[in-house]
Parts: sequence; C-alpha cells; structure tokens
Amino acid sequence: MRDLTERALDTAAHLGAAYADVRIVRRQEESIAVKSGRLEGVASGESEGFGVRVLVDGAWGFASSHRLDLGEAEHMAGLAARIARASATALRHRVALDDRPPARGSYTTPAEEDPFAIPLERKIGDLLAADRVAGAVEGVTFTESSYGAQREWRTFAATDGSFTEQEITHLGAAVEANAIEGDEHQRRSYPDAGGGWGAGGYEFIRGLDLLGNAGPRAEEAVALLTATQCPAGRTTVILDPSQLYNQVHESCGHPSELDRVFGTEASYAGTSFLTTDKLDEGFRYGSDLVTIVADATSAGGMGTFGWDDEGVAAQAVPLVRDGIFVGYQTSRETAPRIGRGSGGAMRADGWNRIPLIRMTNINLQPVGGMSLDEIVADTDDGLYLSTNRSWSIDDRRLNFQFATEVAYEIKGGRKGRLFKNPTYTGITYEFWRACDAIGDASSYVMLGTPNCGKGEPSQVAHVGHGVSGARFRNVQVGVGKW
Amino acid sequence: MVSTSRPEVTGERAQVALALADDVVARALAAGATEAEALVTAEDAALTRFANSEIHQNVVETNIGVNLRFCVGRRIAVAATGRTDDDGLLALVERAATIAASVEELEDWGGLPGTDGRGTLGGYPAGYAEATASASPEFRAEGARAVIAAADAVGVLAYGSFSTAREGIAVANSAGIRAAQERTSSQLLTVHMSPDGGTGYAEAAATDVTTIDAAALGHEAAAKARATEQAVSLPPGDYPVVLEEYAVVDITDMLGYLGFSALAVQEGRSFVEPGKRIGSELVTVVDDGMDPAGLPMAFDYEGVAKQRVTLVEGGVCRDVVYDAQTAARDGRRSTGHGLPAPNPYGPFPINMLMAAGDTPRDELIAGLDRGLLVTRFHYTNPVHPKLAIVTGMTRDGTFLVEGGKIVGPVRNLRFTQSYLDALARVTAVGRERKTLRGFLGGSVVPALRIDAWTFTGATEH
Repeated sequence: MRDLTERALDTAAHLGAAYADVRIVRRQEESIAVKSGRLEGVASGESEGFGVRVLVDGAWGFASSHRLDLGEAEHMAGLAARIARASATALRHRVALDDRPPARGSYTTPAEEDPFAIPLERKIGDLLAADRVAGAVEGVTFTESSYGAQREWRTFAATDGSFTEQEITHLGAAVEANAIEGDEHQRRSYPDAGGGWGAGGYEFIRGLDLLGNAGPRAEEAVALLTATQCPAGRTTVILDPSQLYNQVHESCGHPSELDRVFGTEASYAGTSFLTTDKLDEGFRYGSDLVTIVADATSAGGMGTFGWDDEGVAAQAVPLVRDGIFVGYQTSRETAPRIGRGSGGAMRADGWNRIPLIRMTNINLQPVGGMSLDEIVADTDDGLYLSTNRSWSIDDRRLNFQFATEVAYEIKGGRKGRLFKNPTYTGITYEFWRACDAIGDASSYVMLGTPNCGKGEPSQVAHVGHGVSGARFRNVQVGVGKW
Repeated sequence: MVSTSRPEVTGERAQVALALADDVVARALAAGATEAEALVTAEDAALTRFANSEIHQNVVETNIGVNLRFCVGRRIAVAATGRTDDDGLLALVERAATIAASVEELEDWGGLPGTDGRGTLGGYPAGYAEATASASPEFRAEGARAVIAAADAVGVLAYGSFSTAREGIAVANSAGIRAAQERTSSQLLTVHMSPDGGTGYAEAAATDVTTIDAAALGHEAAAKARATEQAVSLPPGDYPVVLEEYAVVDITDMLGYLGFSALAVQEGRSFVEPGKRIGSELVTVVDDGMDPAGLPMAFDYEGVAKQRVTLVEGGVCRDVVYDAQTAARDGRRSTGHGLPAPNPYGPFPINMLMAAGDTPRDELIAGLDRGLLVTRFHYTNPVHPKLAIVTGMTRDGTFLVEGGKIVGPVRNLRFTQSYLDALARVTAVGRERKTLRGFLGGSVVPALRIDAWTFTGATEH
C-alpha cells in the first residue's frame, strides 16, 4: 500500500499541492434478507479503490479510482490537482487547516466472533428462526428480517507524514412483522426497522435475542390493527431509547455539524439554527439535565475509530453541557474558524467519497436518579413512544415531526393500552428544554443507524447514539387528520 | 426529431461492460450454475459543489461494479465485486457458488428473464450526449461561476452543485439476454440565500448538459431569494396551493415508492387497485424509460427492455411496474423495472412522467383566491404508507396568494397530508413541465393547483 500512497502524495506535491492525503479502502459486505419465512436473498460484496484529496492554490480537488496501481495513483493525483485549479477559479477564501501531529498507528474494532467467519448457514438459520416465530403469530400479513455486516480496511497517508491503518467492523439485524387490514397497515420491528446495528462481532447479533423478541413484537403489530388512534393534544411523552436515539440524531447531531453552520450543506440537507453566535452566548439548548457528547471512543458505537478520515485522533467532544450549547462537530478546515482544533469528525463513505463532518457517537449522557422504568412509574399521565416509524425536520433543524410504531398510554405510573399511528412534533430547543427526566446508567444502551445520508454526491454513514430514555413535558401529539 | 430505434451496442464503455458480463456468465456456468446473470456498471462521475458563492468541493470518480446472480436450481446467490482482474472474478464466482450451496430454495423462483424474441439490446440515442460524457472540471466551474454571477448581481450567495456522469451498463444472462448501453446524465441545482433571510431554489436535469442554462437557473433562484425576504408567519391550517414542479416531483416519487410497484400490491401494502380512482380527471402519470423528455434508459437492471406503463389515467389506477420475479408471481411479463439483485424492495418506476395540462403558470396562481405558492418540499417521509400520508416542510420560497396575486413571502410550514387526497383535489395542471431528478430517478412533471393542503405546523424561518 505504501508505494501507492507515496506515489500519489509525491505526484500531488510535485504538482504544487500544499497538502494532500490519500485513502485506500477495501470494503467487504454480506447481507441476508428473509421475507415471510422464506430466504429472499443472500449477497456478498467487495469493493476497493483509493481517493486523493489535494489542496492547490488554496482550493480542494479530489479524484478517485477503483484501479489500484501506481500509474493510476499518479493519474488521479494529477487529476485532483487539475480539479483543484478549476475550483480556484471560483474561490473567495483560501482553505486553511489546523495543526495536528502526524497520525501514525493502527486500530481494529474489538470483536469476539468474526461475523465473516461464522458459517453462512448458521447466520441464515438464526434469522429464519426469528422470522418464522414472527410469521406464526395469527394475523400477521408478512414478515421481513435482515442481517448485514460490513468490514472496512482503511489506509490513510498524508503529506505531513501521517500513515494509519484501521479495520472497522459493523453489523446488525432486524425482524419485522406487518399486519394489514383494509387501509390499515401496522408494523412492529425489533430492535427497529432499520435494524439494530453496532460495532463488534457476531456476539452483538446473539445479544439482540431476535428469537425471543420476534413473537411479542408480532403480537403487537396485530393488536395495533384494532387499537385506538393516538389522540391529539399536548401531553407528557416518554421516549424509549428506540425513538430517543433518532431524536438525538436529527435535532442535536445534525445541527451541531459545523459545516452545516457554515453553509456548505445548504444546497442539500440545509443549514443549522445553532449559529456560532449561539456558541458565544451560551445558548440554552435544553434543560439542566441535558448533556450531549460526540464521542468517537464509545465502546460498541458505529462512530468509534482510531482516527477520522483526515488523520485526527478519536476524542470526546462536548456539544451540550448541563443544557448549554458548548461545542460543534468539526474538521481541520472548519475548527480554526471558531478558534478551536479539529474534533475529529471527518468521515468518508468509502474510497470514492471525500470526508465530510459526520456524526461519530452522539450520546445523551445518562442522569442518575431514576431508571427508565422508574421514570414511567413517576409519570401520572402521558404516552410512552417506542420504535421510530418516520422522521422529518426542517432545513435548519428546528421544526421536527416523528412517528413511532406504537404508543402505550401511561396512567398512574403504568403502561397500559396501545394507541396506533402516534406522532409528535415540536421545535428543537423548546422540546429539549422541556426534558425533565433522563434514565440512569442502568437504562443506557448504545444504538445507532447505518443509514445517515449527507452530501453531494450522496454519502451514507454509520453513526452511534448512546441513550437511556427520557421524559418531555407538554408535547404536541397526534398530528394531522386521521 | 429524436430517433427511438435501438441500435447495436455503441460506446466503448458499453462494449467493455458487455464483454465482461458475458465472461462472468460463462465463468458462473462453468462453476456449476444452472442459471447466471451478470450486471456490469462502469461509471465516470463528477460533481462540482459550491457554497457561499465559491467552489468548496470538487470531485471525480472512476468506478466499475460487477453483480453476479448465480442460481443452482432454485437456490439463488448474489455476489458483487469491484475487482475485474482474473483473481477478482475467480473470487466473485467462488463466493457466489459458496452462497448458493448454503441457501434454501426459493419456492416461487420464476427464473431469470428471457429475451422475449429480441436480439441484443443496444443503447438509446436520446440517452447519451457526448458533451456530457466529455464535460471537464473547467466546464463545470464555468457553470458554477455563471450561477454565482447571478447571485452576485442581486447581492445574495449561491449554494449548489453541478454534476455530470457517463455510465456504461451491460446485462448478460444464461437465458440469452444481452443488453448494453451508454448513458449520460447531468444536473445543476442551486439554493440562493440573501443576507435578509430570503432563499430561492432552481434545478434542471438533462441527458445533454448543454441544454442546462446555468445563468438562467442562477437568476431564477436569485429572484426568489430576494422575493422571500422578511417572510411573515402564517397559522397552520388548510390552504389551497399551487405546487411548483420541484414540489410535485416529490408526490410522484413518493407514490411510486409506496404504491406503483407490483411487490407493494402483492404484499397488500399498496393503495393501488386497478380501476380505483385516486386522482382528479386531470391527473395522468406514466412510466416510460424511452421518453426523451426524461432521463432515458433502454432496459432495466435485469436486461429487460423498458415498457411504457400507464400508472394513473385520468385519475384512475391502471397498472403497476414489474420485474421478473413479481411478474412470474402474477403470470405476467416483466415491464422492465427490475433493480440490481438482491432486491427485497421490488421494482420501482424510475422514469415517471406526469401529463401536462393546459394552464399557464400565471393562471395557476391567478386561480387561487387565498392560498399558498410552494416552491419545493424538504425532508418528506411517509407517516402512514398505505394512505400515503406524508409529512414534510416547505422550503426556499413559500408565498401567500390573495385574489390571484402573490402578496408576499411566508415562513416555512410543516404539512401532514395524504398525497392521494391531494391528487384527488387537483383543479389545474401546468402547461409547462420540468425534467428533474427525484429520489427515485428522472421525472418530468408540471406544476399543480390543489384546492386543499393540510399544514400542521410552522417554523421560525
């Protein structure tokens, strides 16, 4: 690998690059899809290639190829330099990077059982067994279950002497039951519809206990067909971790990406209400209970690594402390503009994409005092919302609306009857300021999504979210006409 | 006049891709497959991105992918690789064979699609433009500068992207399918933002990048950015609306995703029933991969020729799109809407066109007594898929209309609205259409006037 990285970097430097880096990425993937007890598809994929990023005349250029040879390394470095010069014809501010020590070393995701070494028959068998349990429940129309694993070998080198090698493994699985009657289509999934994903080995899949959870979820899907429509009004809601992680993702993770604040994602996903003046003034993002950290060192998180994709070491960056907005997710280019060093949040979706500021593990810290169950017991009247069904938030990350698969009525500290089609909506900072309870460490779980989209051309990131469940007061629920 | 004939395979990438697909199928059959299919995509894609009126990201990619469907009886395996040297292809076939030996039979496997009497499917002239294939970084930078100049002219900033791509696609299978084409596509989009809070949007997509007028798009977005300054709050509620084409493409895409698929119908999760009225008489939607008004493609990812499918005619559901497997289940032929295997999501209409009406843009707005003109939607997501209830936000240009005239900008609103109910309440269809790239594919849509749209929330900008 070193000969290829050196050839690319030498070529870039020879062509006038003030800085260049190259990433070689090989990706291995495996997926299993089951529908209604039937094996629908098994796929195995691999890709490899490299991308060269150069800074010439103060502007960026990037070129990438699947051909891993020295001639192509030279060609791509030259093309990247040409592209950078084209960029410089529409440049108003020269790019300046923060200083960081050269990155050197290696990192491997801790794993007990290599998921790619587990016999395929066993993985298929585990998934089919869970799917068939869900499908055996009377009233279930169809089931869908999935397993996926991804491993990346990432080599990073830069003109400052950095050279790192990483091996990152993520995997996940889900079982989903669908019940349909007339115009009503209800779904219950476990752990959620996108799958419970994490970093590690096959022990993570065993830990999910798909088999043990498939039946109860399927029974709920059927029960929802005859459940009462979620009432409209303002009430107390408790968000289960399976929904809370999505709330954190959309309303804290994305708005605290500093590239969005500076407008560089405006044409696609939008900007952010967390403008830099709010950092200076100590903006109140949430209640005193709310502390949120971007932590690339969290055990089991899909945002955990040794170095980000521009060679910045993994670290924990406070975003919200005791309710006050205190920091952003940053890069070497953006951090100096707020007088800070990079927080190490630059991540790329493979060899053919540039790194962007992406969430690592955005964790809502647990608060001592009550477990999630004790929070329910402490609630006289409200809704317990579980498992995300849909999500939407405006282009500055203020007005959000989520739907969950199920709501449980809470009366007198107990979860009772089901409501179907629950939705809730709010304004981000008003919602988090109305948070009056967060589960303690006993309820804390590391969740995440393998489908976080951003950028043009589009990129998909695997991100983690540590959450423990939380309660919010005076929330608008039951949105729309039903 | 554009020719719609299918010539023999032309274009170096398409020919190379087809030769590779043939090679992979032969290797798979030699390794014990009873049926085999190879899909090869070879792409050169570039994108120049600008923000704050300067280019900040500028990328190119050269990529190739081989997707092998390896069948032993009813045991189906899929393996993919980006390595096309001998070792890479050997490993690909080995992995596929290993999977096929490990999996259960797919009871209702319908087999790979056949040739249907056709010979090799070639490309489609309307789907390729040399100017797009050869677009340079300097060409894209020039386009970005034109958009930025339009922003400069009115004192706003430009944020957008200009992309060009050239793609060779080939499919070969053991049932005799051989198909290869070379396609190009391009897109320019921009959000202009004023220092006083205004935002505007413009977009165009085309096979031939020279048909995209960067300066005109820049001026369109710039004018709207100025016109939306000092927006006022409006209470949520039901309002008649005129939806510009940028918003309408979300309706066609979402309905295509939720319902116009044979798999969605087979699983009982679609709203589609043949003969069921879901729209006003003014609404007709087809999927046609061969219509040069869109972003054409001659065949699908299973190598089946694209058929024109009428999805909605005069407001009435007519048909849905099929791939080979869903067609086999219904005793029909694929309509040429298969996606790369494995595909648990089923076929999708990725070349939708909504029929134009006869109402000029000004008259669409003039027909609103009191309502809203909406430029585009943002971050839409289904809340109830079978009823096609969708939530999302307005963005980059929302205006109050009174007495048929635009009276001023309003802050963005959230809606929670059944897209089916919206189609049923279409009262006028625009005379002009735009070619846009939605989340499903290339679409051609007009603006619509709809007599009620349910807004359920508001935001601060």
